[in-house]
Amino acid sequence: MEVKGNSKGILKRISGPVVTAVGLNAHMYDVVQVGDEELMGEVIRIEGDKTIIQVYENTSGIRPGEPVANTGLSLAVELGPGLLTSIYDGIQRPLEVLVSKMGNFIERGVTAPGLSHEKLWEFVPVVKKGDSVVAGTVIGEVQETNILTKIMVSPRSKGGVITDIKSGEFTIDDVVCTLDTGEEIKMMQVWPVRVPRPVTEKMNPDIPLITGQRILDGLFPIAKGGTAAIPGPFGSGKTVTQQALAKWSDAQIVVYIGCGERGNEMTEVLTEFPELEDPKSGKPLMERTVLIANTSNMPVAAREASVYTGITIAEYFRDMGFDVSLMADSTSRWAEAMREISSRLEEMPGEEGYPAYLAARLSEFYERAGRVETLNHESGSVTVIGAVSPPGGDFSEPVTQNTLRIVKCFWALDAKLSQRRHFPAINWLNSYSLYLDTLSKWYDENVSPEWNGLRIWAMEVLQKEAELQEIVQLVGSDALPDEEQITIEVARMLREIFLQQNAFDPVDTYCSMEKQYDIMKAIKNYAVLAYGAQKLGVPPTKITTIAAKNDLPQVKFMTEYKEEVARINKAMETEVGKLKEAYQK
Amino acid sequence: MKEYRTINKIAGPLVFVEKTEPVGYEELVNIVQSDGTVKRGQVLDTSDDFVVVQVFESTAGIGRDSGVRFTGETIKMPVSRDMLGRILSGAGKPKDGGPDIVPEKRLDIGGAAINPYARQSPADFIQTGISTIDATNTLVRGQKLPIFSGSGLPHNEIALQIARQARVPGSTEDFAVVFAAMGITKEEENQFMADFERTGALEHAVVFLNLADDPAVERIITPRLALTTAEYLAFELGYHVLVILTDMTNYCEALRQIGAAREEVPGRRGYPGYMYTDLASLYERAGLIKGLKGSVTQLSILTMPGDDITHPIPDLSGYITEGQIVVNRDLHRKGIYPPINVLPSLSRLMNNGIGEGKTREDHKKVTDQMYAGYAEGNDLRGLVAIVGKDALSERDQRLLEFADHFENRFVRQGHDENRTIEDSLDLAWELLATLPEELLVRIDRGLIQKYHPKYRKEA
Repeated sequence: MEVKGNSKGILKRISGPVVTAVGLNAHMYDVVQVGDEELMGEVIRIEGDKTIIQVYENTSGIRPGEPVANTGLSLAVELGPGLLTSIYDGIQRPLEVLVSKMGNFIERGVTAPGLSHEKLWEFVPVVKKGDSVVAGTVIGEVQETNILTKIMVSPRSKGGVITDIKSGEFTIDDVVCTLDTGEEIKMMQVWPVRVPRPVTEKMNPDIPLITGQRILDGLFPIAKGGTAAIPGPFGSGKTVTQQALAKWSDAQIVVYIGCGERGNEMTEVLTEFPELEDPKSGKPLMERTVLIANTSNMPVAAREASVYTGITIAEYFRDMGFDVSLMADSTSRWAEAMREISSRLEEMPGEEGYPAYLAARLSEFYERAGRVETLNHESGSVTVIGAVSPPGGDFSEPVTQNTLRIVKCFWALDAKLSQRRHFPAINWLNSYSLYLDTLSKWYDENVSPEWNGLRIWAMEVLQKEAELQEIVQLVGSDALPDEEQITIEVARMLREIFLQQNAFDPVDTYCSMEKQYDIMKAIKNYAVLAYGAQKLGVPPTKITTIAAKNDLPQVKFMTEYKEEVARINKAMETEVGKLKEAYQK
Repeated sequence: MKEYRTINKIAGPLVFVEKTEPVGYEELVNIVQSDGTVKRGQVLDTSDDFVVVQVFESTAGIGRDSGVRFTGETIKMPVSRDMLGRILSGAGKPKDGGPDIVPEKRLDIGGAAINPYARQSPADFIQTGISTIDATNTLVRGQKLPIFSGSGLPHNEIALQIARQARVPGSTEDFAVVFAAMGITKEEENQFMADFERTGALEHAVVFLNLADDPAVERIITPRLALTTAEYLAFELGYHVLVILTDMTNYCEALRQIGAAREEVPGRRGYPGYMYTDLASLYERAGLIKGLKGSVTQLSILTMPGDDITHPIPDLSGYITEGQIVVNRDLHRKGIYPPINVLPSLSRLMNNGIGEGKTREDHKKVTDQMYAGYAEGNDLRGLVAIVGKDALSERDQRLLEFADHFENRFVRQGHDENRTIEDSLDLAWELLATLPEELLVRIDRGLIQKYHPKYRKEA
């Protein structure tokens, strides 16, 4: 038996991002350096003496006979102060540093550490000499941006008693704490991306992630630590929805993975986020954000890794006790990267050429979400929201189907809605959330005891409208019975006032739960008045055209809206009251 | 340079060479036939035992007696400022009888990805003079916006009209057109060339022509040569470059042909599983870079097989590009030019390029209102077929008429009609004025009073 070490091998074959080496003593998922330029790669298969490697950089010009060296390490990320506000490629190389090292275009063979090893951070200890610590214990804090991040004992530590702890300015490589076991603790941890970070316990997700998006919070809420999929054909607004969530969700930390998507979109996030304010802290959104950008023309193997890099960073912040939300746009591109690598390996394909392990990889990934009790016995969560880009908008394709089997929220985007500029173009009939029951208690206590009832009522009206629309398509709306004509009008108000939300309007882009409740309640008030009047014989055309309700849509664009809603409610009552009187006589 | 005579297998465009010295992946290869003809190819797979070479020209005439020379470098494109005004073949050789390009630089045609951190957000409005693009699906500098069309539709005319008219209002910066044709017919070539000559556009253009009877595999490099040239003009010489790629469908067919010859596991409809990544390596070569003057804007044309937008070619393209302009057969049959259907069309970067200071403050809201009105009016056409026009409410009848006006007055315009954005928006207001004012719910009162023809006349 040879011992594990930095053995060397020789390249035998190069075929795109997949290369074969011989004579290399490697283990699965070891990181290797390929060729004279030392391109970064990862072992993905071992066959006798042959080691098959996926390379994270372009392999043009690499020849058989060039050396391959094994680092003996797994693909890992650096975790510590400096993550926030960073933008990385799929293997945690900071793009900003890459620009300074190799210019405007991404060349290869350049390495850059994920965190700055020179920068000094003010470390404030929260434990003292003599305290005993275990894996995951928070030993100090660093004011990283406006967010106070924690320094923890590594999850792999055996723990011990502190013999020395420092205070002051240090780099991430300096030892800030020493244990009686001789273990030295630094501010930086290194963690392999394909291994989930341990927790004490997974808890039930029963607190909603408030997104400020009416259709999501109102009809299809997601819990903190939950999972959601946003599938939709191109042009239906996946990215706009993902970005709205990244901007407004009430998570403390946001990890945004642009996986195989457009370069210009990532640039937009980069220019916009530093300018936008977090509605709670008033600080730039960028200060709570980590971006991972592996655009569609960047190497495909790094795209495969980007999702793992992202979730590991998210888990690290979760371990500090934060609520983290992670957006992956798009998981289909990630699946395609797997397909491409798998096909180069000449593996037996599953459905539509995807590898047979597609379902397993997807479920492993989404299972890293959750609300947990951390090793430090605090509560933290990672919410995962994955965009899915089904070919031709066909939801029966393997990636969508395998995702739906795992996630609990399904926000179906609909090209028809986006074509008529109904945004967010989430189809209210096809979407669902399985968190409604677990979250209803929170809504009772924090929004209004009426809220759950209102939501059920709204869904009923929308469902009824869908049925009526079929008839209207055939005979026109005038042929409907009076009562149903009112239903159609109420449903229209729900759609146009409650569901439609303008992501580009400075006020409407975020809607608080209280405002959501007030708007929904006003529509319900109108419905009650309208049905009441109709029963007394007032013709529906009179009821559906009252002037008082025309002002309701404007409420969406007002910051101080309370008085206006009260006024509208009152005016509707008066106007319908007059109608009733007129027809009673 | 060492010449190997160890060809072991030839299958379609692929040549398998045995027992060579180490050869680099994607290296350029020259194959010398027994009659002395030299053909070019590229290494697709390399190992100690054999090398797979993809030949960019026809493999007719290549046999086991042909010699193979490995050049030791990847494919490079000689580029220079003097390329403007030149017509080149799909493989980058002069086709206009002119001299060879004297290179100022030789660039790798693969093109590296622009670091997202180095990109600049596109925000400059490009006026194409076509209302359905300028007003409703605005093109901005640095965008990649394809035209989704079908066979027999006037996408070439539209592309030419855009190439002729596209300007950034008020700007006098250097601009250039890079035109790459893949698998187009001689007739189409003539149409393009005649138009370029007629309008004098050729002076500012570099033309790459791979015709229908040129080797299909050559189509794989044609767009890469074109984009390399475009990037050189834009990012080294500071030109604002408009790249027109036509027809991407032919490119994808060539990709499928090679995939099949390599006996790869096919993805949807026989296209290779890596087609998304491959297309992205072309489409993503558009944009602006912080601190540099030039820009690359891409307008690619693809014909949707069977007008099916869910076909893998338009589908994968749509996921990469920043929107799409959809050319519609029904409108074409009605005799409307340009037959652009705005409903499935989209420009993702539109919001960056419009509004006060760029086009006009009412732009976004007017567009939204037009979309909503046209979508509803268009739906009503189905209902009219069943119940007749008289059964519709007054409101619905107005919307129905609006849809007709929209197509006949707003969509329809002449081949040489160059509308300014003000013209287009004013026309939009004229049409919106045919609707009752209370239907204009998407526009604030303030804008209505400022731009609605009714109030303008009063003022």
